This record gives sequence, structure tokens and C-alpha cells, in this order.
Amino acid sequence: MSQRPGKSGRIAGENILHVEQLRVEVRTDRGPGPVLVDNVSFDLRRGEVLGLIGESGAGKSTIGLTTLGYTRGGCYITGGKLDFEGRDIRQMSGAERRALRGPGVAYIAQSAAASFNPSHTLMQQVCEIPVKHGIMSMDDARKEAVKLFRELELPNPDTFGNRYPHQVSGGQLQRAMAAMAMAARPDILVFDEPTTALDVTTQVEVLASFRKLIREHGTAAIYITHDLAVVAQIADHIMVLRHGKMVEYGTSDQILQEPRQEYTQRLVADRAAGHTFRDDVASGALPILAVQNVTASYRSLAKVIDGVSVEVRKGDTVAVVGESGSGKSTLARVIIGLLPREAGDIQFQGQSLPPALANRSKDQLRRIQMIYQMPDVALNPNQTLLEIIGRPVQFYFGRSNAEVRRRVLELLHMMDLPEAFITRRPGELSGGQKQRVGIARALAAEPDLIICDEVTSALDQLVGEEILKLLKKLQDDLGLAYLFITHDLGTVKRIANKVAVMLKGKLVAGGETSKVFAPPYHPYTELLLSSVPEMRSDWLDQVLTGRAKTIAAVRAAQVQLPG
Amino acid sequence: MLRLIAQRLGLGFGTLLAASLLIFVGTEILPGDLASAVLQNSATPESLAEMRKELGLDRPAYVRYAEWLGGVATGDFGHSLASHRDVIEEITPRLTNTVFLAVYAALLAVPLAIVLGLMAAIWQGGIYDRLVNFVTLLTISVPEYLVGYILIKYLSVHYAWFPSLANVTPDTPFGDRLVLTFLPVLTLTLVVVAHMMRMTRASVLNIMASPYIEMAFLKGLPKWQVVVRHAFPNALAPIINVIALNLAYLIVGVVVVEAVFVYPGLGQLMVDAVSKHDVPVVQAAGLIFAAAFILLNMTADILAIVSNPRLRHPR
Repeated sequence: MSQRPGKSGRIAGENILHVEQLRVEVRTDRGPGPVLVDNVSFDLRRGEVLGLIGESGAGKSTIGLTTLGYTRGGCYITGGKLDFEGRDIRQMSGAERRALRGPGVAYIAQSAAASFNPSHTLMQQVCEIPVKHGIMSMDDARKEAVKLFRELELPNPDTFGNRYPHQVSGGQLQRAMAAMAMAARPDILVFDEPTTALDVTTQVEVLASFRKLIREHGTAAIYITHDLAVVAQIADHIMVLRHGKMVEYGTSDQILQEPRQEYTQRLVADRAAGHTFRDDVASGALPILAVQNVTASYRSLAKVIDGVSVEVRKGDTVAVVGESGSGKSTLARVIIGLLPREAGDIQFQGQSLPPALANRSKDQLRRIQMIYQMPDVALNPNQTLLEIIGRPVQFYFGRSNAEVRRRVLELLHMMDLPEAFITRRPGELSGGQKQRVGIARALAAEPDLIICDEVTSALDQLVGEEILKLLKKLQDDLGLAYLFITHDLGTVKRIANKVAVMLKGKLVAGGETSKVFAPPYHPYTELLLSSVPEMRSDWLDQVLTGRAKTIAAVRAAQVQLPG
Repeated sequence: MLRLIAQRLGLGFGTLLAASLLIFVGTEILPGDLASAVLQNSATPESLAEMRKELGLDRPAYVRYAEWLGGVATGDFGHSLASHRDVIEEITPRLTNTVFLAVYAALLAVPLAIVLGLMAAIWQGGIYDRLVNFVTLLTISVPEYLVGYILIKYLSVHYAWFPSLANVTPDTPFGDRLVLTFLPVLTLTLVVVAHMMRMTRASVLNIMASPYIEMAFLKGLPKWQVVVRHAFPNALAPIINVIALNLAYLIVGVVVVEAVFVYPGLGQLMVDAVSKHDVPVVQAAGLIFAAAFILLNMTADILAIVSNPRLRHPR
């Protein structure tokens, strides 16, 4: 590796970043806004990895960005010290800060798809830091980039850089971003939720590449995530943050095994839960919904779902699991009728449902409702909760205004939302509250079956947990059936009595959760289950050793699949 | 991508056909007809009928439309009623002048607008940004003839730097043409720069909210490089569209400026032809204007498709 001047004096263990009483505030035209980071202090030594963990709004990304001397629009560092190699980043001039960004501290963002410029090739973007900072010539930078592509196990490293961002997969793009950050051999890498947007099976591999990269180059890193189990695999120290304040700081083992603060204990306990199966369900005798050999595609291209059969009985929670592109959300659209099926049959209460939404009767529409992944997008921001929740009451039952209002209040009460919210609009609610409104709207139609499409994945861990509890309670009280589409296998174990595992549009395993999720597994189920990060620091090593065999088994099984 | 481009070409051709129909119908419903225009005061009902028969006007409109369209397709636009010359001969020098003026103005205005727009985006909210926004708003709001007369008053009458009349002839040498037409070009530039500059600024600023722009800053690039290298290529599609609209205006909408500077362009010819009821000339000029408009917009669409890396480099 070619050393650049000024970096030859790297001594492992030497303190490289000293953060003291950092404070970041929002300032608006109308005066000071909320405090995003308050009184946070830590040290980072060469070769050390610090995990920053917390829910949204904990200030972890804000802290990560301040180490590059950067704050997002409207935010200002208003207190504390940020010493990088003994120089305070806050005192640096604009040019000094630019010199720091890239060669000193480099950033790896959550969504590589959004963080790569669609107009330039990967190589142009990877070489940008070393070339624009005058560290390497374009030719040297290219050679370095190819070396990094090879280290990160990217396919065809010699030609990989000629591609455009949209031409490679999400996992590859995320690794390409690590190569981009590493290109000028920075002293510190800041990883900001780099695996959150990836599928579980991809996450394992990307996480392993990141860890290898950090260890081989002895680079210090700040690893930001909301998932304790992920950070446990990579960090030496962990700092738990909440509402911009430090809750707890310790070694990874201490935080995971003996958390001292109540908040950390809750996070740990909650994440560790989910190893017991649900066996308290008395399913009805007849299926409410029977999906039989259904096939569908978009614009008659390749089949997105192919010969899928699923059954839901009264009181059931059936989870449909799979990675992105497995067709699980498409299955929901086909059941709802948004995408008409091309073959097979869907029976509801023993009667065949018309394929297209437009041909279904009002009563058929009413009996199947849906809750969406993103409550922000699924609720009209210009309507009050009375209008949002009252609309299905009015539409399906034709009640008078006073009755609609009474029913909406009743539903708000069931959702544990205050009655005063009836005049509010979605913008005034938190993420969890918005999702409760989404549930209330579905319930307003008094359905038999609710399709839940990734209902907790946009929410924080603890908030999502509350939503799951609420859904469970509603099921017990009202005898609802749920079709639960999710990629989170930990949740599935706890809430679903039945499960359907999908891979590339086909059903690979299905039945009682306690049977599907227990040996002997289908190889793909095993791969999925083994990819869910566990709360031990040696989990990643263990998974990686057995992995090649599992993947080979999945490949072999896929060949055997019918069709 | 080729399919998309072929689609645009087909669409453009269809639009042109529709425009030709509109032009034909438009000249049909002009008050009075060819026969009365030719005979003028000597028209009696009998001579009118005679004349109509001679000109073929007694035949149904769709037959005459088909004939006209067939002629146009083979390059025959008919004869001018005023001068009795071939319409092509009548129009060619005028069209050359109009295109010369448009190209000259575009070469000045487009680069100027893009550079000003990028600079406004770089110094967004600063004094330069506010100044350039104010000035361009002013030039777009003032009617173009007024801009023309103000320029004549100062640059021509007061300082005598440039001639106020752009009376070029086919024999005028190229260098003299540049000087003679400078004031009309400057007028047109002032009118079109504002629109293009504002679109450049707005669409670049729109892109500036993207995560890859934040990433470019986090790579330590200075702001001008972030704007020029990372934002501008992704902001091209809307900018190209506005440029095309303005270029089309430079060809189609310059009749007022031609009048102010007494410039022998196609717009003036068309206005004269309308007042003289010279239908073949009106039709030909109209068709040329429509073709220019459609061609430029179609080019913009195709360039916008080509500027999208997802379409240029499929998976």
C-alpha cells in the first residue's frame, strides 16, 4: 500500500478523534429550534470501531456527520470540541474542512442507490476523492479502486468500475460505496446504517466485507445503526443514544450482556426476544381466504408470482416472508385485486373473488382491508383523522355524520389515541401514531381479513413492538385474521402461527411456523434464519463458516423446484 | 431507448400533419377568398364564379387540401399571388435571414443563460443571485419592442456603437451582418435569457437536495464542482426543454423585433402576406414555423431521453 506523506506516523491505539461535550442545535428564522445532540463525549483510537446505537431522532447520524465538519441544512454545532489529530474541526476554515472530508474522515451512507450519482460511472466516483484531493493520479486511483473492488469481493473487479450505479445490485453498490470511502485511505470511516436497506442474506455478506476491510487496513470507524445485533458483530465499544443524549457507553460485550441503564436493557431484551413460537391459536375450521395456484405478472413480463397457494383461517396470523423481489408484496396486490391474477383462483369465504378490483362487490371489498408500510404516504396529509377514518364507515355502511363521528371516536379509543386527535391531520402525529390511524382506518370497514404489508419496518424497534401488541390484542378481541407480509423473521416467530416462505415468486416452504422454522429446514429457510443477526459478538464468524454449504444447498433446491 | 426515440419521431411527424391541417383550415376561413383577392374591385358575381372555377376553388376542401399537401411533399408550395413568383424563391432569402438571427441569438443566449444560472445556484440566496434574478425578471417583463427601442436610443442614437436598422441584403458580407444584426440579437437575448437561466437555477437547486449531492460535499469537493459535476448533468432534461421552447420562439416569435429593426425576416413576410391575402405564402410560412417548433421540441425530447443514463446504459 502506498503511504502518503503525513500518514506514515500512524500508530495503532493512538487517539485520533476526541469529541467533548458536543452540542448540535437546529436554528430557524424564528430562533433556536430543537437540540439534536446534547453533551456527547467520546474518544476514538486508531483501529478501533465505535458503535453508535439508537432509534430515529437519537442524533446518531448528526454526530457521525459532525466528524466530517458537516451539518445538514439548518443545523449548527453550538458547543463542545471536535479534535481530529489534535486540530479542532470547529475552528477549521472551509478549505481545511474540505481537505478533511475524504482523505481524513470518509462517509458511507445508508442508501447507496441514492448516494451514487446516476450520471457517472462507479469508477469516476470512486476515484474522485484521491484525484480531486491531489493524492493520486487518475491511473493510480484506478489501480487502487480495482484492488479495493477485489478486496470487497465484487464481481469482475477489473471492469466493475465501468458500470453505472443502476447496473449493479444493492449489495454490490453498498460495497462499492465502501471502496469509494476507502479510496484515499482515510483515518476514520463513518458507516451510517450501511446495511439497513439490504436483505438479511445480503446484509451478512456486506457486513463481513466491511469488517474485513476495517481490520485489514486498521482503520478507525464509527458504525451507526439501530440494530444492536449488527453493531455487536463489528464494534469494540458501543454508545447508546436517545433524544440526542448519551444513555450508556461501554464495551460491546458489556452492553449486550450486562446493560446498566433501563433503556438499554429494554432494547436488549426486546431484540433478544422471539425465540419462542406462538401456539395459542385456535384456527377456524374453514379457510376465510384460499389462494390456489395463483400466477401473476406485471405487463405480461416474467412471472412475479408463480403457482402460489396460501390459506388463512379465522384467528390465523399467516406470515409471508421472503427477500425483496420474492413477490410477497405482489401477492398482497393480487389478493386485494390491484393486480389481477392471470391463473389460479382466490376464494374468500368459499366464493371465488373476481380477479380485478373493479369487478368486486362492495361487500367483498369491505371484508379484506390493508395496512401499509409507510403511513406517511398512505394517509392523505390534507385530511383530518375524522375524514380519514370516517370515510370507510360512510362508504361501506352509509351512516349519518353523527354516527360516523361516534364510530371514529370509538376506533381512536381502541387505538389508545386521545379523542382530541379527531381534528388533527397526519402531519401532527408521530410515526407510531400514524400507523395506528392506518389500523383504525382498516378496522372501520369491519373486515374479516387484514393484510399487513411490512407494517412495522418503517418504525423504530420499540414503537413497532407496541404496534404488534396492539394488532395481537385486536385479533383476540375481534377474531380477525391477518396476512402478515414481512422480511423480519424475528417478528414472524412471535406473532405468526403459520408461515409461507417465498423465493423468486415461488413458495418454497409453508405451514405451521413451529414446523417450518424447525429442523429439518428447507435450505432456503435455513439460509434466511441463519442470516438474522443474533445478539452475540461471535455470531458473524459462526454464520460465515457454515454459509457456503447452505448456499450450495439452496442452489441445488432451486433447480428441483417445479416449473 | 431506440424504440422511445422512434416513438418521438413518429409523434413529431403526426403533429406536423395535424398542424398542416390546422393551417389549411385557418387560411380557408380567412374572410374573403383567393378569387375575391385577385379580382378585388372588378369582382362581379359572375367573374368571381369564373375565377373560382379557374383556380379550382369550386372543388371540395379536402381535395384541395390533399393537392396542397401532395405539392408540399414534392417541394411545390405553389406561386405567390402578389409577385407571381415561386413561393420557395420568395421565402428562401427571408428564411435564411430568420435562421441567421435565431442561431446568432442562440449562440449568445444559451451559454450565457446556463453560466448565469449555474452561478446563481452556486451563490444561492446571495447578492449575485438576487441581482441576476431581479434583472432577468425585468428584461422578461418589459415588452420586447420597448427593449429594442431603449437599446436603439442608447447604443445607436446616443453612443452610435451599433446601427439601428438591420437592413441586410443577400449580398451583405458575413462580418457586416454580425454588426448590423447585433441590436436585434441583443434584444432577443435579453428576452430569452431570463427563462432559460431561471430554469437552469431551479432545476439544479432541485437536484441539490439529493443524497448524492450531500455525498459529493462529504467527499470534500468545493461547491462549484458539486454543482457543475454532480448536479448539472442530472438537471439537464428540464433545461433542454426550456432551451428548445426558447429556440422555437427565436424562429417563430420574432416578428415584433423584425419590425422594430426593419429586418427582412420570415415573420415580416408572413404578416405582409396575410394583409395581401397571399394564401400560398401564408400557408408555406405557417408550415415552416410549425415544422421548426415541432422539430426543436422533438429534438429536446430525444436529447432528454439520451441524457438519462438509465436509458443510455440499460442493465
